[in-house]
Amino acid sequence: MSTQLASERAAVRRSARALTITALGPATMLGGVVWAFLQPYRITLLHPHGQGFWWLAIEPPLLVVLAGIAFAFLVAPGVIEDLEAHEDGR
Amino acid sequence: MQPPAEFVHWMFATGFLLLGLCLFAQAIVGDEVWRRRAWRAYLWPSLIFLMGVLMWPVMVFFTNSTVHMLAHGSWAQVMMLAGAAELGLVRGKLHNPYWRLTMPLAFLVSGAALLIHEQNGWFFARSAFLHHLIGWTIVGFAIFPFAATFRPRSTFWRSGFAVAFVVLGVMLYCDRDVAPVFGHIASQAGAPHR
Repeated sequence: MSTQLASERAAVRRSARALTITALGPATMLGGVVWAFLQPYRITLLHPHGQGFWWLAIEPPLLVVLAGIAFAFLVAPGVIEDLEAHEDGR
Repeated sequence: MQPPAEFVHWMFATGFLLLGLCLFAQAIVGDEVWRRRAWRAYLWPSLIFLMGVLMWPVMVFFTNSTVHMLAHGSWAQVMMLAGAAELGLVRGKLHNPYWRLTMPLAFLVSGAALLIHEQNGWFFARSAFLHHLIGWTIVGFAIFPFAATFRPRSTFWRSGFAVAFVVLGVMLYCDRDVAPVFGHIASQAGAPHR
């Protein structure tokens, strides 16, 4: 009985790790979106007239969203796949 | 075509944010899982090394005083050293785990350089405030990579190490060339812009 409970708890802990990795990218993206709503003047694409190259190319809230996208699509899927393989003993 | 300093800060902030995300993921899943794919093992040490390399053009093109040049140069050197040490450990060229002490060294040197090269008080302008804040924060956060060297399996110390980079990124995103901080800005700082 106690062994079964222990293995169930271990399973919950494992899935929590995978969920955390899955959530990191979207949480970062959400942070960027919230920032864009709080400080819309930082998104110069919304009013591009008269803006120089750097003001149009480097917009901090969008950089945060890009960082989240990069992690979510380039790093996280492989980590989760390897984590699940490790947990399954493969 | 040279970007104003604040844009450089924001680009480095993005690098630190990515670094923090990778380190946090590694702290959660552990080294064994993280290093199952060879490219991933090299990912964040390479990123630190690359950011150290990119500090050299920052030193060259954004130097407005000797003390700035020394500060930027010291960051470049310690970031490259910490990144290279970690790359050497991952590759197996270095064996002694105490090479990881280069990371807290990088934190301490970077923090000290930030504090020393900021000549103005906390409330002179936002950039001065952030220099002080980032400097003390980095010095304080040095405890995490230091402890992680001796407790490499500790999720707490390694997560703290990751959070240090995220916090650093957030503070760098707050930087502006000339802007008030909590309503304070010295008249000598210049006219604040957007």
